[in-house]
Amino acid sequence: MIYNIPYIAVVCLILIGLYALVFKRNLIKMIIGITLIESGVNLFLITLGYRKGSIAPIYTSKPEGISIMSLPVPQALTLTSIVIGVAVLALMLSLVIHIYRHYGTLDVRKIGRLKE
Amino acid sequence: MSIPLPEYIPALIVAVPLLGAFLTPLISRINDKLRNIFVILVLGLNSFLVSILAYNIFTKSAQEPYIMKYVFGGSQNIDFSLPVVRILFEVDAMSIFMAIIASILVFVTVIYSWAFMKENTGLDKYYTLLLLLTAGMLGMMLTGDMFNFFVFLEITSISSAALVAFWTHKGESVEAGFKYILISTIGALFVLFAVAILYGQYDALNIAVLSNAIQYTFLDKIALVLLIVALAMKAGMVPMHMWLPDSYSRAPATVTIALVGATLASLYGVLRVIFTLYGNVLSIPAKFGIPVNVLIGWLVIPLAVLSIIVGVMMALRQTDFKRLIAFAAVAEIGYMFLAIGTGLAAMGTEYGRIALEGGIFHIINDALDVGLLFLVAGAIYYATKEWSLNEMGGLARNMKYTTIFFVIGLLAVAGMPPFNGFASKLIIYESTFQLNPILAIVAILCSILLLATFVKVFQSAFMGPKLPKFKDVKEVPRSMLFAMGILACSIIFFGLFPNLILENIVRPAADALLSNAQYITTVLGGA
Repeated sequence: MIYNIPYIAVVCLILIGLYALVFKRNLIKMIIGITLIESGVNLFLITLGYRKGSIAPIYTSKPEGISIMSLPVPQALTLTSIVIGVAVLALMLSLVIHIYRHYGTLDVRKIGRLKE
Repeated sequence: MSIPLPEYIPALIVAVPLLGAFLTPLISRINDKLRNIFVILVLGLNSFLVSILAYNIFTKSAQEPYIMKYVFGGSQNIDFSLPVVRILFEVDAMSIFMAIIASILVFVTVIYSWAFMKENTGLDKYYTLLLLLTAGMLGMMLTGDMFNFFVFLEITSISSAALVAFWTHKGESVEAGFKYILISTIGALFVLFAVAILYGQYDALNIAVLSNAIQYTFLDKIALVLLIVALAMKAGMVPMHMWLPDSYSRAPATVTIALVGATLASLYGVLRVIFTLYGNVLSIPAKFGIPVNVLIGWLVIPLAVLSIIVGVMMALRQTDFKRLIAFAAVAEIGYMFLAIGTGLAAMGTEYGRIALEGGIFHIINDALDVGLLFLVAGAIYYATKEWSLNEMGGLARNMKYTTIFFVIGLLAVAGMPPFNGFASKLIIYESTFQLNPILAIVAILCSILLLATFVKVFQSAFMGPKLPKFKDVKEVPRSMLFAMGILACSIIFFGLFPNLILENIVRPAADALLSNAQYITTVLGGA
């Protein structure tokens, strides 16, 4: 059970993020929702690579007697994903700045000029 | 006969636009004209690389599907049956088919941009983003690694969202850009989640290795649903299409046509996931003894029909020229998904295969037709600064060539002979009719409605009396006409010789999708 806690956290993070995206009307809060989903996915990747009692996967500084290492691949994937996430976040926030300049509000309902 | 090619060509196809992207701002400091020439040269070189690779692959896959493999970081043979991590590019006929489409679209975009974007500032960033978008799209199409696919998907999304919002002085453009990046990021994150699920089970990221190991467990089903939904959302399928008309219509016309390429890259992702990644489990029975392929096929078909109907109906009542074309593009995406769904539901039968061929053929036709229409809309905007159809009229008197190009695009998109849309739509009608006649009837009816929509546009924009406010409107500059001419000539060529294209390009692509075992052995066989 105790080992499943990270997975439960992953699901919670993603669900909270989706909730924020669907029900929040403030653009910044929607962006927070996106970052929450992203953290959830990153946590999922990291958890996949973790083994109980393992050490960091650095062969040169391996202490005697410990043979379990956590998987390095998910960590590399997570790093890449974090970097991409930062780029996306920066772009989204800069777009929000522009939107605020144009409309003077961050409320989706008030901005809604893009009608069918 | 095939030319001996160095094996690193696939890597170069992505590397050349990437390098060009970061050289563009530097060259832009010297001279603006030099920069434009440089970008055209880079993309010309890239198209050349794509075409020689395409020639090679298509000649080799005439007998049996041929897949070119390039492993990054070492040319030594690697035993992929062990959990090895290597990024590799796998180029089969389907990938290179999509790469051809992307290169045509982007090449046309830069030529058109020369005149169309001339008045804008910050063009060094524009071209940089455009080249990044090219690199991302081509990477998505050529890669053989799921995580790598995600990375390229994000590169594509970021650069295209920035391009959609390029006219930052317009609030609507920025809003459309924000919508696009929001949707893309959610999609990409769910793709990453699915990749993580697959990695957690099979300890591999390579598509071929995963495809070999896949078991269709409960987690695999979740991953399949996440991948298909996320990528179909990015491909603009109803009911996840709401971002598409906004981004297509608010972006500059040049960006829109590059976006068509990005959308089709996501469609390619759907095809790759269903046919290659899950290729081994497609025929096993799922619920109630129905095989997986029939299940997925019949899930895709209703949504595809809905896409066609919604796209056409919404197009009928638009007054904004580009928004109207964007809804027509949704309908066209529906036709592709209809054909793909039919191909899936009837996998193994002759007409299922033909449906898939029709769907793949329709991808390139849609890119050309919708691309041409967007360019015409852009040309009208360039000449009149007007988007709304209610404000236009009598433009045929001032803009002869644009009118001709519009008529070609109109007839092609509505599937009238002798243009290319007819060739692929006829195949789709014939094959879907064998699965279920109602599908074909809906498809034909909507095609006629599409024709009606565009005839309305033709009437209100080009016909009618000469309007006094358009007295000074002139024909658009030569570079824009040339760009539209390239697309129009390909449309006519594809329409007059559909068999040539079908047998030499489309059939190998469909074969490549269906011969999943070949894809796996190319990697696992160590050869």
